[in-house]
Amino acid sequence: MIFVDIQKELEQFTLDVKLHIQENEFIVLSGTSGSGKTTLLRVLAGLEDTKGFIEVDGETWNSKTKKLPTQKRSIGFVTQDYALFENMSVERNLLFAQNDKNLAKELLELTELTSLKHLFPSQLSGGQKQRVALCRALMKKPKVLLLDEPLSALDAKIRLKLQEELLVLHKRFHLTTIMVTHDKNELEKVASRVVYIERGKVVSKKEQQEQRVLQFVKKQKNKLVFESQNEIFYFDLEKENILEQIVLYK
Amino acid sequence: MNLDFEPFLLSFELASVTTILLFFFALPLAWYLSQTTSKFKPFLETITALPIVLPPSVLGFYLLWALSDTPFIFNFESLVIASCFYSLPFMVQPLQSGFASLNKNMIEASYIVGKSSLQTLFFVALPNIKPALLNAIVITFAHTVGEFGVVLMVGGSIPGETKVASVAIYEFVENLEYDNAHIYSMVMLLLSFSVLFSVYYFNHKQKSLK
Repeated sequence: MIFVDIQKELEQFTLDVKLHIQENEFIVLSGTSGSGKTTLLRVLAGLEDTKGFIEVDGETWNSKTKKLPTQKRSIGFVTQDYALFENMSVERNLLFAQNDKNLAKELLELTELTSLKHLFPSQLSGGQKQRVALCRALMKKPKVLLLDEPLSALDAKIRLKLQEELLVLHKRFHLTTIMVTHDKNELEKVASRVVYIERGKVVSKKEQQEQRVLQFVKKQKNKLVFESQNEIFYFDLEKENILEQIVLYK
Repeated sequence: MNLDFEPFLLSFELASVTTILLFFFALPLAWYLSQTTSKFKPFLETITALPIVLPPSVLGFYLLWALSDTPFIFNFESLVIASCFYSLPFMVQPLQSGFASLNKNMIEASYIVGKSSLQTLFFVALPNIKPALLNAIVITFAHTVGEFGVVLMVGGSIPGETKVASVAIYEFVENLEYDNAHIYSMVMLLLSFSVLFSVYYFNHKQKSLK
């Protein structure tokens, strides 16, 4: 059980998030870019300071008087750029995290990386790097797995395969996973719950759409807006084409 | 012509000792400077860079003043101390910019898997800045071999103890022994060229490999 109640001043707004997350949930964080999703992950990892309270399985990670260092938090973190240790082979990347050869072997087999274990990160494709980063994040058997748009840089086919792998690993290692994504299909496929964040606050799906409409209208002055049953279309009058179509919450 | 190559040996001995000492001192300093967001950072960076702009005689004078009541004056040890101050920026700055150029997420990834700052420095950061590391070591070594002003002020010119190659050349010229000055200068010129050339050549190769 994770309990988060944090407030952090950012440049344009305050990140103010209250969240209860049950064990083994697969949470997907959705929101426009710059809404504070990545910062929330970094705060959970202890990579950024914050006010407020974070508790994981009864252990206080952040409070008024205490900040548990990143090294002592039971987390795995996969960033968008994978951040592999460039000077180490695939296998060493895993063993550096935790010197557990059996687990490394199992993870490499699960993700079909065994034949690549002696290669270095610079010799891998994007999808392969992503899998190595995922395996490395799991070596310490973390309670919480944080994923910051881990699949965004990959093409659709590999993304589908990795989404399935993610779900397998999520179940196999009894993880509580929090993933940031922009991909609408990804939300539905992997999430057990979607949390919408706009300008630093948790909002409902409807509120998020309203925010998006508002932001879009602000940017697109003098454009025609056409609303039908549950969709909004934006037309560029000069070019006579649809600029954006937003499907409203039913 | 009876040429004594002891000053060269002394220069290289001084440069080797200085480079080794400075490496261990500058490494944590460069690492700290690259990672910290402390308000004292500009101050520390200024102190570190001072020997680049200060006249060697200023640094030499202060060292002479500071060391005058200690056993470390007009001997080899005093040269080592002076060289460590004089060459400090040449070790710190390449290392610091090497560390600063590393992917921040990679460094954080090491913290996330539970490694301390020191473990991260030795197992992740240092192995990933090899060209900068080579640069720092070679330039520090070459720069120490080329010292003159500071060395003369805190060491004088005691044969076999503090009379390094650059000081020997100065003395040859003073005594109008131009032939010897030519030979010594040519040796220094060739050595310096080869050292620098090997660094730039290595860096060029590394870049073209990428």
